Amino acid sequence: MTKLGYYPGCSLEGTASDYGISVRRMARALGWELQEIEDWNCCGATAAHQTNHLLALSLPARDLALAEEQGITELLVPCAACFSRLVHANKAMQQDPETAREINDIIEMNYRGTVSVLNLIEALQKYAMPDIAGKVQRNLSGLKVACYYGCLLLRPPKYTEFDDAEQPSSMEDIVRALGAEPLDWPFKTECCGAGLSMSNTGAVVDLTHKILENARHHGARVIAVACPMCHSNLDMRQLDVSRRYGKYNIPILFLSQLVGLALGVSEKELGLKKHFVKATSIIR
Amino acid sequence: MARIGVFVCHCGENIARTVDCARVAETAAKFPGVAHAVDYTYMCSDPGQNLIKEAIREKRLTGVVVAACSPRMHEPTFRRAAAEAGLNPFLCEMANIREHVSWVHEDREVATAKAIDHVRIMVEKVRHNEPLYPIRVPITKKALVIGGGIAGIQAALDIANGGQEVILVEKEPSIGGHMAQLSETFPTLDCSQCILTPRMVEVASHPNITLYTYSEIEEVEGFIGNFEVKIRKKARSVDLNKCTGCGLCMEKCPMKKIPSEFECGLGARTAIYRPFPQAVPAKPVIDREHCLMFTRGKCGTCAKVCPTGAINYEDQDEIVTEKVGAIVVATGYRVMDADLYGEYGYGKYPDVITGMQFERLLSASGPTTGEVRRPSDGKIPKKVVFVQCVGSRDNARGVPYCSKICCMYTAKHAMLYKHKVHDGQAYVFYMDIRAGGKNYDEFVRRAIEEDDAMYYRGRVSKIYEENGKLIVKGVDTLSGLTIQVNADMVVLATAVLSQEDAEPLAQKLSISYDEYDFLTEAHPKLRPVETNTAGIFLAGACQAPKDIPDTVAQAGGAASKVLGLFSSDELEREPVIARVNEETCVACWRCYNACPYGAIEKKEIKDRQGRAVRWVAHVNESVCAGCGLCNAICPSNSVELDGFDDEQLYAEIGALSNE
Repeated sequence: MTKLGYYPGCSLEGTASDYGISVRRMARALGWELQEIEDWNCCGATAAHQTNHLLALSLPARDLALAEEQGITELLVPCAACFSRLVHANKAMQQDPETAREINDIIEMNYRGTVSVLNLIEALQKYAMPDIAGKVQRNLSGLKVACYYGCLLLRPPKYTEFDDAEQPSSMEDIVRALGAEPLDWPFKTECCGAGLSMSNTGAVVDLTHKILENARHHGARVIAVACPMCHSNLDMRQLDVSRRYGKYNIPILFLSQLVGLALGVSEKELGLKKHFVKATSIIR
Repeated sequence: MARIGVFVCHCGENIARTVDCARVAETAAKFPGVAHAVDYTYMCSDPGQNLIKEAIREKRLTGVVVAACSPRMHEPTFRRAAAEAGLNPFLCEMANIREHVSWVHEDREVATAKAIDHVRIMVEKVRHNEPLYPIRVPITKKALVIGGGIAGIQAALDIANGGQEVILVEKEPSIGGHMAQLSETFPTLDCSQCILTPRMVEVASHPNITLYTYSEIEEVEGFIGNFEVKIRKKARSVDLNKCTGCGLCMEKCPMKKIPSEFECGLGARTAIYRPFPQAVPAKPVIDREHCLMFTRGKCGTCAKVCPTGAINYEDQDEIVTEKVGAIVVATGYRVMDADLYGEYGYGKYPDVITGMQFERLLSASGPTTGEVRRPSDGKIPKKVVFVQCVGSRDNARGVPYCSKICCMYTAKHAMLYKHKVHDGQAYVFYMDIRAGGKNYDEFVRRAIEEDDAMYYRGRVSKIYEENGKLIVKGVDTLSGLTIQVNADMVVLATAVLSQEDAEPLAQKLSISYDEYDFLTEAHPKLRPVETNTAGIFLAGACQAPKDIPDTVAQAGGAASKVLGLFSSDELEREPVIARVNEETCVACWRCYNACPYGAIEKKEIKDRQGRAVRWVAHVNESVCAGCGLCNAICPSNSVELDGFDDEQLYAEIGALSNE
């Protein structure tokens, strides 16, 4: 049985609860045991690293230190923003003893740098591939999936050390193994507008429109994502995009939901009913 | 009785600011053996040198200590002055009170005391110095030029025309290098092959040049004037003496789809091939990786059709040894792999190509016979985007340096494209335009003003394909606008890198190289074509990214250095070498194993009847570099280094401890 540490972060408990639900359900279907870090705290996200460099490292560092104390060696972090903050803190402390000392002083703990942080794609690559194909219960053949990575999963490459930052293909490998048809499309890493969703909605509508348009142009039936922010912009803002640019109807699925579906988990259990753009009945 | 003169230099304010030079001279005058001590503003000036010369004559000095700068600067100056006054030059030594004292200390008292100590040390050394006499070694008047691009061709021709023999070694089947691949050259737009091929022919027919193509340097031994080089002549499988270059074998070879290296993959070649029609020698070579005779053991078509029986499948690599007196390294450059930049889609989109590939599209001898046609469908592109600095000046993914030639060749590309496709539009994304050089900036202005190239100062963020167009997204930082060009073709100006085998070659030659494996010149300003290893010179882009005019100039410079070296029959070497005391040597061979230059030989001692009695170590004077390793490692204290013997070094240490 695969045992992984688990850091849900705030999104997976709140705005992207369907991501949280589906990750846990998918893990169960894959036979993974997820050990949630006890007493975890906010990763700091964008707010902290715009405020104070040390704060931005210390918040995720405390989570890493807790994970280490609780015997976790590999930590699944499905949220792309959390993943980014945790790998930043991890690398900073692993690579520079001076930084490690400084941060350990602040958090009053002693993190030794033994935890490795995995995003959802990495965890699936490592613990579900390639034999996931044998576990597929639902036929996804012919389902055209545009895999959308956004920015934080891949960048900056010297921290994420994962896939090709400009021409990624790891999510496609997984989608292919599930029996669906990943598309070759050029907007896999275009900016979705991220946090501007609240402060400058118009910009996000423009940016997500470009992504949706390009995906549709290449024949996408659904878009797969592994980031709550990407999901919220592509799913929730799709209504605004439709109002401004004409009707769009592209369901946005978390990768965990797509994997869950393939493994035969019910739509309800995967939180597919929580979407703005109807995501149920994709597979008949 | 020693009569030593001490000469303390102020070096203007450089030394005098922190060292009380007068006091150093006064104190030194009282040291045992010192007969004369003075200080002076600039000891290296003519009057300063005269001070030394006069003192040697008038005070009948037996040794000289000049307390001044580093011996790396002026030791030859002062030793020459001493020699002119009749003193053996090796009785003149320098105490470094500038780099070691005044430049690194602030406290005048401390600095002055340290300067006095330095002088004290050197006086003691000179008291124990013996006269030494230069070693003369013969010079083999034959040069080796490594690399047959324009740099090597020019250097070889200049040396050969100077009346000396040259061996030119090229690893590819033909000489010509990158220049043979280019279409036209900036800033005059003359045809590259038209100006290059006459020189290639001249190389082939020059009585003073021996040409080894398809050959590599295997091993280099020896030293200036006396190198011994092993050259691997790779098995060509074609007998150059029998082959007439008729080309029948290439016509009939069944393997016709091998991507041609010369065409940068845009054209195909056969397994038995010559890289391009004007190749020198114009005779083919068998590429054993693709030839069916070697991959499957059957075919033999070329051997069947060859009218002279020149095909030899049994051909083996051959090692030839050559003795040469000087070496010119002219191994050139390569360009960076464009697929490092995933966002530009090189390798994914066939119409995103490199600058070198565009040269082939422009070239009359290229795969499209000079018509600009894009690789994917052969259509004439109406909008072409040129992206500069792909890899250059990019600390994150590429190299931090400027590749120097890209601004110019991109302007040339935009210009030539417009000359061939009159209704076409060229767009150039650049970081800065670096067009320093005679008629260079005028050339770029011409591309912009007369040939309507659209220049945007900014980077391209992404290139992708949509509806048969390459969508190029970039920014124009001057207008602050984002730019999108729906292009038909994109040309990437990729960074200039050192050759992949530059490092192992440099190690074979014992020359230094920088962190990017470009070979290092001895001094960036004053010795730009020499290396730190005497007798080895540099030409062309193996030293740094360089255009053709600079390369040719440097090649001529290297050739003139070689000719200068060959102008005398013998070479004077510094006599600082090791000597073995044959009485005490026990033939343990530690020195033999330790010597990095192979200068220690095993010598037999014979008795009067000529019978061998025992073995001892012996130093080959002309090979010894005077490094002192043997001296340090000898357990029986049987090796001494002339000019730095134990007695001298103990005297130096004693000077400090006895104070």
